[in-house]
Amino acid sequence: MAPMKIVALITVIITGGLLLYATGDFPAWGDPLSPANNSALSRHYIEQSRVETAVPNLVTAVLADYRGYDTMFETVVVFVAGLAILAVLGQGTSRERAAIQRSAERYQERDMINIMTARLIVPVLQLFSLYVLAHGHYSPGGGFQGGVMFGASFILIALAGGLPEALSRLSIPGALLLAGLGVLLYGGTGLVCMMLGQNFLDYHILHRLLPATDAVMARYHAMLIVEIGVAFTVTAIMFIIYAALSSRGRMTGGL
Amino acid sequence: MIAVFDICILIFLVAIAIIALSVKDLLASAMILGIYSFLMCLLWAEMGAVDVAFTEAAVGAGVSTVIMIATVYQTSRKSSD
Repeated sequence: MAPMKIVALITVIITGGLLLYATGDFPAWGDPLSPANNSALSRHYIEQSRVETAVPNLVTAVLADYRGYDTMFETVVVFVAGLAILAVLGQGTSRERAAIQRSAERYQERDMINIMTARLIVPVLQLFSLYVLAHGHYSPGGGFQGGVMFGASFILIALAGGLPEALSRLSIPGALLLAGLGVLLYGGTGLVCMMLGQNFLDYHILHRLLPATDAVMARYHAMLIVEIGVAFTVTAIMFIIYAALSSRGRMTGGL
Repeated sequence: MIAVFDICILIFLVAIAIIALSVKDLLASAMILGIYSFLMCLLWAEMGAVDVAFTEAAVGAGVSTVIMIATVYQTSRKSSD
């Protein structure tokens, strides 16, 4: 073994040992007396989120409303990651792309079984991802999960029928537009709240704009709007990452 | 009962982590990491964190495995160490 590997091994063992030692201080799993359940903030979320936002799923209420900043910048992180991958891999010159296109067409014999299976699965997957997105207020799910599944349906098309097939449905400029639109939808909701005289992402004031809602239902609906924004960005960026990595950024051929 | 299930998953997790590190073929390693994510997903679901489990299944076991395999396909399949 190289000396650097021994140093690394010792470091890992010490860090792992410290982490294992620290887990002894954790409260037992499901302990009702653990600090996480007894701070004033947690008690407020648990007892008041249903009253204040009318959302039964506490996770969604905390994620999209109480900690809206966190989720907004998570979406921005996803967006920037996709842009960075595109920037690093580049797009190649057009002559290079044409040459790869020709060789790809020559060698790519697509398997009929894969294509037919994908044709069966993709509509179900897309419909289910929309359900996950729209039903996130009541059951596990929401923008991130729904968006990942919708992006995965495009990846499945690319795996079965080749990347050009998927790109003809969602092009890279189109996906970038969708990703930007998602961030804009989230940030824009926050800005509209500011323009109506409240804090950024303080949704309850939106009842002035949304018809037939009170301050509670405005938070409920605004959460759906921002989750849709998250889903747009995640869908587009998942597909962009796959398309760029599977073709070295040349957007032809692929797996 | 649930404790037995927990211990089985945790033992599998450690075993799979060691296998994923020791395998020389990176394609196999990526697929084994997919199994790792799926076991983590089971663990989250069993502990009641269904939202986290859902994300782990979709991102960890699904998309990131595909992305890693796509990257292996475009680079080298053999691990150098």
